[in-house]
Amino acid sequence: MLNTFMVYVENKPGVLTRVASLFRRRAFNIDSLTVGRTEKPEVSRMTITVDADRDQARRIEANLYKLVNVLLVENITNQPAIVRDLAMIRVAATHDARSHVLELANVFRARVVDVAPESLTLEITGAEDKIDGLLELLRPYGVLEMVRTGIVAMRRGSKSADGASPTESTAPGAASDDVSYSV
Amino acid sequence: MKDQKSTPTTGKAKTETKTGAKTMTGASILWECLEREGVKHVFGYPGGAILPAYDALKHSKIHHILVRHEQGATHMADGYARASGQTGVAVATSGPGATNMVTGIATAMLDSIPIVCITGQVGSKLIGSDAFQETDITGVTLPITKHNYLVTHAGEVARTIREAFYVARSGRPGPVLVDITKDAQQGSCEFDWEAAKPQLPGYRPDLSPAPEEYEQALELIHNSKRPLILAGHGIIVSGAMREVRDFAERAGIPVAMTLLGLGAFPASHPLNLGMMGMHGEAWVNHTIQEADLLLAFGMRFDDRVTGNLKNYASNAKKIHIEIDPAEINKNVKVDVPLVGDLREVLLELLPHVESIDRSDWLDSIDKLKGDSAVRDIQNLPDSAHLYAAHVINDLWRQTRDGNTIVVTDVGQHQMWEAQYYKHEHPRSLITSGGLGTMGFALPAAIGAKVACPEAEVWVVVGDGGFQMTMCELATLVQENLKIHIAIINNGFLGMVRQWQEFFYDRNYAATPLLNPDFAKLAEAYGIRSMTISERSEVVPAVQAARQHDGPVLINFKVEQEDTVYPMVAAGAALHDMIRRPSPIVETAEDE
Repeated sequence: MLNTFMVYVENKPGVLTRVASLFRRRAFNIDSLTVGRTEKPEVSRMTITVDADRDQARRIEANLYKLVNVLLVENITNQPAIVRDLAMIRVAATHDARSHVLELANVFRARVVDVAPESLTLEITGAEDKIDGLLELLRPYGVLEMVRTGIVAMRRGSKSADGASPTESTAPGAASDDVSYSV
Repeated sequence: MKDQKSTPTTGKAKTETKTGAKTMTGASILWECLEREGVKHVFGYPGGAILPAYDALKHSKIHHILVRHEQGATHMADGYARASGQTGVAVATSGPGATNMVTGIATAMLDSIPIVCITGQVGSKLIGSDAFQETDITGVTLPITKHNYLVTHAGEVARTIREAFYVARSGRPGPVLVDITKDAQQGSCEFDWEAAKPQLPGYRPDLSPAPEEYEQALELIHNSKRPLILAGHGIIVSGAMREVRDFAERAGIPVAMTLLGLGAFPASHPLNLGMMGMHGEAWVNHTIQEADLLLAFGMRFDDRVTGNLKNYASNAKKIHIEIDPAEINKNVKVDVPLVGDLREVLLELLPHVESIDRSDWLDSIDKLKGDSAVRDIQNLPDSAHLYAAHVINDLWRQTRDGNTIVVTDVGQHQMWEAQYYKHEHPRSLITSGGLGTMGFALPAAIGAKVACPEAEVWVVVGDGGFQMTMCELATLVQENLKIHIAIINNGFLGMVRQWQEFFYDRNYAATPLLNPDFAKLAEAYGIRSMTISERSEVVPAVQAARQHDGPVLINFKVEQEDTVYPMVAAGAALHDMIRRPSPIVETAEDE
């Protein structure tokens, strides 16, 4: 099954290589890896998805912790989480096709970010399956080019990451309970 | 903050500032930090990119040992660490100097040995330009170090060295490499030891089990009728020899040893069964297969000790006491993991361990020994051949009462050493286990002798492995080290030949060796030498070597096509062993 890990690492040169090398060395296949800044300049955050069973997932977590530059690892596979992927899709859209494509974009809440005589470029953010769905429907019109960011994920609720060291008190004054709503 | 720390620093004061810090070059800071980390010896080889550091060495109290190849430097640092428990240090230049260290670093990595490797690097402005002798050594060694660093400023040297030593020796130890650019060695900055404290927010070497895990473990132990302790290298690393002994004696549980565990539990102890695994004793492997509980103490279920995992100890529950959480359930699924320092975990368990009489179990293990004794080569009638096992057994009988460290290479002689040299004390056997590095023995022995000058150090090495690093004979002579070298010379790459005999239809491809006259070779270095081919000459030769005031090389010309028994073939079940043919008429039951 696909596991999703949130990994906080020190923002230092070479850390991405260490993480990627670990997966290669232990023969785990990364499905998607994104990395970016966090609310703290000295901390970077990775979202890694990898195909692994429960036991392998536990070993991945333990091995990630062995990297000196890794601060915190959380497997959020079975936790309520907001998971987002972003795609830009250039689709052939001439004459009457154009209005159909625009209609689809509208239904999926995708934005048109570039218009050319023969094509439209859509930007869509959402869970992976939503993007997959739009892509499927656009395919008959001719998908000319597509790029995706890979997923980023965040747990639902007011609680920040366990241990709190890298991200403590993300939202001072936020509701103290752990209830949240999909909006 | 710095002005709070006005502690006077030792050594040659440079420019003292009012903050207590002093201005020093990166090169001087390097040696100063090594001294403060307790380093007395380093093993190294100079070159262009590390020259500023060598230039600053003259101000240091550290003794530098010039090796003949950088691989030797890493094995020496490794042997130094294994013999003493201290962190070993190796130094090399950039490019080829650094890449020559790779084998030694990987050796230390797989056996969890704390070493710090310092390499020079081209100037920071030249990095990435394919400059002369530039290699991305932090990239190269990334998967074979516990951690590594690239230092590009003098100001980073102190903290990096402190972190390197802390990481290398804490938790599960391992090699750390510090690559220092030439300009970082030449540049100057303020040196303040106190201010350069390690900053490792993500590094947690100190884990301990939860209370309920202890309870689960104790329940398994008390309900077990046929328990067995698997004693590994972690006992020695943790310093838990006393606790393991107390535990085994109180609970009445027998102990089986891994190769790197030998010495962690006295060979002569009545509960010590001997070595397990591919070339372990037959009854030990059978005991593992019949046990109902395995207590893994600081060992990692390497494929060389488990055989085929599908039918490994299938009747046994498993308790795994291990400092590295990534080892839990890696090869063998365990019922209760206790993640933490072995000694601390055992101290926690010990007061709750009930004294249980397990004499039935011990008696049944005794029966598993069957005809092993008569199969033993020591008990076979004298065939007028000199077998390696004879040499090692005689060596053990001669040196057993002394403070002896045996350093082996890799191959048949290594397994015979493990079988026939009975180790009573930790750190009395130094051998490359995980990586199986040929060429390890001679340099590792030099490291061990430097660390423990009062110990009697014996190198037991094959004729193949010896020729991989024999250039270090010069290092040995130069340092005036009294080391005894026993070459087990069978004219073959013996272990490979054995595999060819069993599994490749005796096609001895590339295993026969054409050797130099090792005795003459030793003489060329000024080392006393002997060549022995009769069994009766073994003991006198060992005695003569021990009495000689200086290094001695003994070339033991042994039986060429000899075989290590028993053997669990790769992929076979642990109880499925190839045994030495019994001199008693074979029955249909014999494997």
